[in-house]
Amino acid sequence: MNATTATKVSVGGIGPIGASGSPLLEVDRLSKFFPVGGGQTLKAVNDLSFAVGKGETLGVVGESGCGKSTAGRTIMRLYEPTAGETRFNGKNIYRLKGADLKALRREMAMIFQDPYASLNPRFSIADIIAEPLDIHGIAGSSKERKRKVEELLERVGLRSEHASRYPHEFSGGQRQRIGIARALAANPKFIVCDEPISALDVSIQAQVVNLLQELQRSLGLTYLFIAHDLSMVKHISDRVAVMYLGKMVELAESSELYANPKHPYTQALLSAIPIPDPEVEASKERIVLSGDLPSPIDPPSGCPFRTRCPFATEKCAAEAPEFRQVKDGHWAACHYA
Amino acid sequence: MDPILRVNDLHVSFRARGGEVQAVRGVDFEVRKGEAIAIVGESGSGKSVTAQSVMRLLPTPPSFVKQGSIEFMGRNLLELSEQEMESVRGKDIGMIFQDPMTSLNPTMTIGHQITEGLIKHQGMDRKAARERALELLRLVGIPNPDTRFGQYPHNFSGGMRQRAMIAIALSCNPALLIADEPTTALDVTIQAQILRLMKDLQEKFGTSIILITHDLGVVADMCDRVIVMYGGQVVETGTKWDIFRNPQHPYTRGLLRSMPRLDQPKGEPLVPIHGTPPDLLAPPKGCAFCARCDEAMQVCAELDPELKPVGEAGQTAKCWLHHPLAKEAQ
Repeated sequence: MNATTATKVSVGGIGPIGASGSPLLEVDRLSKFFPVGGGQTLKAVNDLSFAVGKGETLGVVGESGCGKSTAGRTIMRLYEPTAGETRFNGKNIYRLKGADLKALRREMAMIFQDPYASLNPRFSIADIIAEPLDIHGIAGSSKERKRKVEELLERVGLRSEHASRYPHEFSGGQRQRIGIARALAANPKFIVCDEPISALDVSIQAQVVNLLQELQRSLGLTYLFIAHDLSMVKHISDRVAVMYLGKMVELAESSELYANPKHPYTQALLSAIPIPDPEVEASKERIVLSGDLPSPIDPPSGCPFRTRCPFATEKCAAEAPEFRQVKDGHWAACHYA
Repeated sequence: MDPILRVNDLHVSFRARGGEVQAVRGVDFEVRKGEAIAIVGESGSGKSVTAQSVMRLLPTPPSFVKQGSIEFMGRNLLELSEQEMESVRGKDIGMIFQDPMTSLNPTMTIGHQITEGLIKHQGMDRKAARERALELLRLVGIPNPDTRFGQYPHNFSGGMRQRAMIAIALSCNPALLIADEPTTALDVTIQAQILRLMKDLQEKFGTSIILITHDLGVVADMCDRVIVMYGGQVVETGTKWDIFRNPQHPYTRGLLRSMPRLDQPKGEPLVPIHGTPPDLLAPPKGCAFCARCDEAMQVCAELDPELKPVGEAGQTAKCWLHHPLAKEAQ
């Protein structure tokens, strides 16, 4: 694949779904490798290209080790990329420095998986939520700061008197709300949600997902929603991307992907999910993949999925499949899709 | 058919700094031969404490059984000496835990860990135990068992470790297998492999299974009967068809409504259960779910309902809504 087709991938990937038609975020041939000693490299994210439209939610799914969290963190520039670009409003974020970078940081925020590890236990809730305000000098006075914190707390369904408390006084679901309030503090346009509900109990997950959707509607937010729970991703996302071993293997509008998966990995992944309905389960033909995920340090030649793919041929070992549009707005990296 | 396990009015508490955490508050259920039951609930519902009480694995102190009995094949497990219990564990009851990395011994080879039980419980010699262990490794789908036998847990992937755990749990042909969130730490494609393996083995050996999980999808796939726990109590029991098609407790209904389904078109917003689970340091006086229940009546806050039959098919629910006077009250 040369550079021109890659650009086509990212812009074309938007399809008709981007709410306003123009991409807010473009990821262009992004790679992130980690040295792991002995001269070996772990290719956590390998040549990723996609775009996210304004107001859109793009879900990213895949199993542990597929690179979805590394992708999220590199897009946030928590990691410097090995190659490639991420453009936010047309600007390559890895080139920004000083005041420009700080301005970008106001536009992008992140919600983390672990509501216990991501809040400093020695900070009060007010200080946690106000940290972005302090860093960016958004709140002019302490009165203004207090007012903003209370507003944010109410926005996420907590009460203003919670401001003076500490993280240990809250349940997992409430902590995740605090994490969301902090992410919202600087009025970002784009939020990376990295497994925001997977540490929460089932009855609490829906509370947090509804909150995220309500905030998106009222504030016009754009989400990159990273998760391994495919049912929840389907529910919240406009489009869904599937990753396997650092590569994107499929990308399509959410109901299209679930109704009509083209890549054998997506097909297996979807069929592996047990549905809470005994009738559906009894009649379901499950594709059970053999074997484990190969090591991302020494990925298979050609198609990364070929070692577990029931349909793999010699071509799959010899030649890496191109990530191509197989149908309008539906992309897949498989020779036979 | 006769139950092989009967748990009667089990109460288990933990002494904590703030007082007594009443983790399990009067749990009754039974497991019949060859049956797979699921105990479903959220963190803090008491499902794992119940299972660990059956195995007598909870450290005492801080935990203590306040009352109740656990009858397993005619004996009350709570009255056995620690030595007698050791011959039950591993031999008659096998257990699979959520995290195979912390439940396997990192300093012992996988082979050693499988043969240990065979030598101790079955009186096999080293050579026979090795043969049987290799057979078990093959049975659970571990390739190259000869090589794998001599390797350590860190040489195994997550799915492979869980397979090894299953091999250990099944090594002495236990009558009952307790699986506590056996696939929660695994990816879905690996989960599908492990669930299929457990199902195959159950069919082959007629093992009874208690599957503890928070994933209702896994329940629908694996189990015959379902026990729903909330706040340390059983709030509903029934066949999986009852529970999914005709749930009788507002908590069960709420759980099913709050989950998006992969096989249905999206659209409607999710209906969450508001609020948070009760604090078991000071459990509520009435129904534990009352504070989060949309259908709660006055009586629900005052009096704790009993688990009562609903309909004729053996479904039970612990809810005042099924009381004959409930309609008038509303």
